[in-house]
Amino acid sequence: MAEAVLQIFRGDSKGGAAKECHVPLAPGMVVLDALHYVQAHQLPDLAVRWNCKAGKCGSCSAEVNGHPRLTCKTRMDALPLDKPITIFPMKSFPVIKDLVTDVSWNFRVNKKIPPFQPRAGAEWKFDQKDVDRVQEFRKCIECFLCQNVCHVLRDHGKKEEFGGPRFFVRVAGLEMHPMDGASRAALLRKELGIGLCNITKCCTEVCPEEIHITDNAIIPLKERVVDEFYDPLLMLVRKIRGAK
Amino acid sequence: MAELVSPSAAGPSYGKTQRRDTWWVEIIPVVVLLGGFGAYATLRAFEGRFYEWGPYLSPLYSPLIDPNHHWWPFSPALLILAGPLGFRVTCYYYRKAYYRAFFLDPPACAVSESRHSYRGETAFPFILQNVHRYFLYLAVLFLVFLWRDAIHAFFFDGSVGVGVGTLVLLGNVILLSIYTLSCHSLRHLSGGKLDCFSCAAFGGPRYKTWQWLSVLNQRHMLWAWASLLSVGFADLYVRLVSCGAIRDVRLH
Ligand code: SF4
Ligand code: SF4
Ligand code: FES
Ligand code: FES
Repeated sequence: MAEAVLQIFRGDSKGGAAKECHVPLAPGMVVLDALHYVQAHQLPDLAVRWNCKAGKCGSCSAEVNGHPRLTCKTRMDALPLDKPITIFPMKSFPVIKDLVTDVSWNFRVNKKIPPFQPRAGAEWKFDQKDVDRVQEFRKCIECFLCQNVCHVLRDHGKKEEFGGPRFFVRVAGLEMHPMDGASRAALLRKELGIGLCNITKCCTEVCPEEIHITDNAIIPLKERVVDEFYDPLLMLVRKIRGAK
Repeated sequence: MAELVSPSAAGPSYGKTQRRDTWWVEIIPVVVLLGGFGAYATLRAFEGRFYEWGPYLSPLYSPLIDPNHHWWPFSPALLILAGPLGFRVTCYYYRKAYYRAFFLDPPACAVSESRHSYRGETAFPFILQNVHRYFLYLAVLFLVFLWRDAIHAFFFDGSVGVGVGTLVLLGNVILLSIYTLSCHSLRHLSGGKLDCFSCAAFGGPRYKTWQWLSVLNQRHMLWAWASLLSVGFADLYVRLVSCGAIRDVRLH
């Protein structure tokens, strides 16, 4: 039977090394299946986080041959088998053990975002076309692959100053909601550091839900920040209106 | 392979990655095309001649200001180039392209950079990218002139006609118009900035406009390249006809 050679990271926050494992291939097999095979036959203590095996829970993120991917959505027959397949934990988060990383930083960022706030006195009525746009943002499964690949976090380590693409997606869903009355432009500029994003689109490239993170969330939000803080004409108009 | 990973640490050097594909291939076309166009347009802008022939005017020289050097001793292109140049330099798509290809920031996804002091678009000079919409307003003005030139290209010494150059200039202004219409800032200003289309004044038409512009916007990269190449080609065509290297063919 054909088999694949895997190089799986084994270690923790202090470091570690890749361990070579051999897995017999089966039709329709995904990388997560291969990891389960290794767990069952060779490394019973291999730490892997997963839940649904259906690309919907966002737990099984890792780096397969250097590409940030959901292991349950990466088919073995789509990978070249002439060389060992490397499976490493997400690089931007601290490793707890093997392929399991500590993503709790994301939950702390999330707490900075003011939740949905209904517009005062508004009638609870809107058209379908008003909410079509935000549906896309609600598809997010919080796999954090976009956070992992974003060079602002991955290479420049700006975890204190930058919220990351996943949270721009969340803010876009709130800001563009027809019934929401809060403005998060100042938050985007300061605490979430949207100016650090240089729209190089790696987040969009890795998103398993195919959310157009850069074009539909980040760029429109950058434009809203410009409205608020960088457009001298609009600032003048607001001044005049405010003075009346 | 007993490679150590130090978790959440940045790679110490450029280009470190576990990716096995030829990731650097992605940036080669951008370097070649943007670099090539930049060099060509600079040379042409300084050349200061061979920019018109018959009813044709090169897009690099339009609008043509003080061609007879009454008060401006240099090439007339230098007076107007900042407009289209600023529009492209601050364009969201070109920003992505040159941050990756020329600044290697990042060189490709999941490929390391060195951890230099990165400020993104929060500090000078890149904070100036926020003025993109003002270059959009300028670009619309330029389009008016380029449409005028394209229409002018149908009139040969008082008679209406069509030459290859007419089609070249017309194709160019059409591509430039689509590129401008697909701009992210225009998409925002036209309707994207509204939270509730059905509650806003003129919400219906603004929604429709936003929808149409969004369709064009999905291919913004394509329009960016197509219009860049067409500008280069239109200028080259006018130059070659103007200096006598080729003859314009009259089709009608
Ligand atoms: S587009 Fe912005 S948020 Fe997305 S990966 Fe690039 S820098 Fe990060
Ligand atoms: S936006 Fe996409 S890549 Fe980012 S966390 Fe959500 S589903 Fe994952
Ligand atoms: S296991 Fe749920 S997304 Fe992969
Ligand atoms: S975003 Fe490219 S032209 Fe405006």
